[in-house]
Amino acid sequence: MASCSFEDVLAKAERDEAEKLKGITVSKELDLEFDPGNLLAFDKNRIDTREFKDCKREDFLRSLARDNTQLLVNEIWKLPTERVEEVLVAKLPDPTTLLPREKPAPKPKPPTKWEQFAKLKGIQKKKKTNLVWDEVHKEWRRRWGYKRAKDDTKEWLIEVPENADPSEHQFNKRNKAKKERVARNEYNRLKNIARAQKIKVPGMGLAPTPRQSKAELAQAVNVAKISTASVGKFQDNLPKEKTPKNTGKKRKFQPLIGDFSSEKQKQLDLLKVMDSKKPRLDVTKAVNKQMREEDMESRHKNKKDFGKKGRRGKMSGKGKAGGKGPKGKGRKPQMKQGKR
Amino acid sequence: MAHRDGIVKAKTRRSKRFLQSREPKLTEGQKSSMIIRGGNSSETVSQALKDVYALKKPNAVLYKRKNMVRPFDDSTALEFFSKKSDCSLFLFGSHNKKRPNNLIFGRMFDFHVLDMFELGIERFVSLRDVKTDTCPEGTKPLLVFAGELFETDREHQRLRNLLTDFFCGPRVSAVRLAGLEHVLHFTALEGKIYMRSYKVLLKKSGCRTPRIQLQDMGPSFDFVMRRNHMASDDLYKTAHRQPRGVKPKKKKNISHDAFGTRLGRLHMQKQDLDKLQTRKMKGLRKRRGDRGGAAARGFFFTDSSGF
Repeated sequence: MASCSFEDVLAKAERDEAEKLKGITVSKELDLEFDPGNLLAFDKNRIDTREFKDCKREDFLRSLARDNTQLLVNEIWKLPTERVEEVLVAKLPDPTTLLPREKPAPKPKPPTKWEQFAKLKGIQKKKKTNLVWDEVHKEWRRRWGYKRAKDDTKEWLIEVPENADPSEHQFNKRNKAKKERVARNEYNRLKNIARAQKIKVPGMGLAPTPRQSKAELAQAVNVAKISTASVGKFQDNLPKEKTPKNTGKKRKFQPLIGDFSSEKQKQLDLLKVMDSKKPRLDVTKAVNKQMREEDMESRHKNKKDFGKKGRRGKMSGKGKAGGKGPKGKGRKPQMKQGKR
Repeated sequence: MAHRDGIVKAKTRRSKRFLQSREPKLTEGQKSSMIIRGGNSSETVSQALKDVYALKKPNAVLYKRKNMVRPFDDSTALEFFSKKSDCSLFLFGSHNKKRPNNLIFGRMFDFHVLDMFELGIERFVSLRDVKTDTCPEGTKPLLVFAGELFETDREHQRLRNLLTDFFCGPRVSAVRLAGLEHVLHFTALEGKIYMRSYKVLLKKSGCRTPRIQLQDMGPSFDFVMRRNHMASDDLYKTAHRQPRGVKPKKKKNISHDAFGTRLGRLHMQKQDLDKLQTRKMKGLRKRRGDRGGAAARGFFFTDSSGF
């Protein structure tokens, strides 16, 4: 007991520690680079080619691997651990080796037209229930989709409203309205996508659709004709095509700094016209109008015996104007553009 | 291709989930790899491809049929396959007289080839030939690279990055300490790369950290470096660009001390201490004409208290 001094005890403890650690210490010239996040280790030490002979190659490689793995495991065991469901788990830090991505980073999508409006007005999204009670069928049905609660196209009886045309087909009217709503929804969705990706969509009539009117086809032909480098100047006409006369600017403005005296005169004339109480009379226009009216009267006098042709002619004009309205909106454009 | 996915709407919820899984994300999951056979392939190459497929089992696709593709001349076929199967890593094996037992390791960025390395197999020991038990599928392997060539030579550096990308498993936040069973060891020496795969046995040592013993397992390759196609520096940099949402934003003026308490810092303007507004105490308020009489009043109070 007397021979055991303080230093001896300390030395013995150190020796014991060294013994313990002998199993796991590996001596290397250069320290390894570790990336515990990826369970990666990199050994920069020079490999002695003398030991790398054919017969001893596998053993050399195995011992090298054993040393490196021991160092890596030492590093991993230094990490903080925790117990997750009776299993000892080491928490890994973020990996330090930079690996390239698979796909480019996603760009934030610009808000759609509705989202912009909702943000402006401060409208919040309300969480809605999945099922709605349907009084008619007395059961819970979904809010939208197949067999939904309030589907007005599936009604078996529709009362004809008082101000409606008796020969109108009410069921067909509802079906048509639904088709138009679907087409408009699809159109708006595609427009949102085009706006998000900044693709320029051609105006009305130039995107191909199944049924195009004569005027739209003519417009498309004209646009195609002037889409050359020399703006269609050297394009030949089709067999029966006439070059439209009114190409170019429709309104002609005087240059900003031109003839001062003529500009002054023009302004004064304008003021004189505005001042005068009498309405202006365009003599040529008035004369032409008078001549036309006289022609019409003479024609009517001659055709009175033939019948009521005049009235029918007037009706056809009205029908055409009415038919163009709904057609202009509810068409479904098929967009086949897009960059690859 | 991305435009088409927006225009063509998914009709079922399942297809919508499928399309969403293929969209680019902020933090990416594990990369999957496709293993393709070339026009002519030998027994060695076929077995090698099967072994690598076994190593990478859940996230790999093995193409059974032979494909007449020449990756270094025309990589459009590979890009088409990658788009269809949504794989960004590929391994192409072929065999001909000029380049016997050829393996091409490669990776893609945005479905275009980023890097490709052609390695020839000189010696190959397959999984079947080594009669030991293997570790379960999907274990994250320990990767060790040895040799100063991996540090000094630019091509070797890129190859090291590619092999890390290929063989490292999914990105995990924690790992089970007893489950570190597989180690892949790459040695670079004189233009050749030796790949060995071992099973890790954790033996008892005196202290907490175990002593490692290795057991031969799995495929072992002796590669020789042949051609390569490395991405240009700016393409490589673009591929590494991280989106903005990934890095957590550091909050300024907040710190933690040794005890774990959260300390904040406030920045104030200079204050005139004489004119500081403190608590108002009515009794201490200075009244007009009171300064002379304060002492007398105090005297008066003490007198009355003693009364």
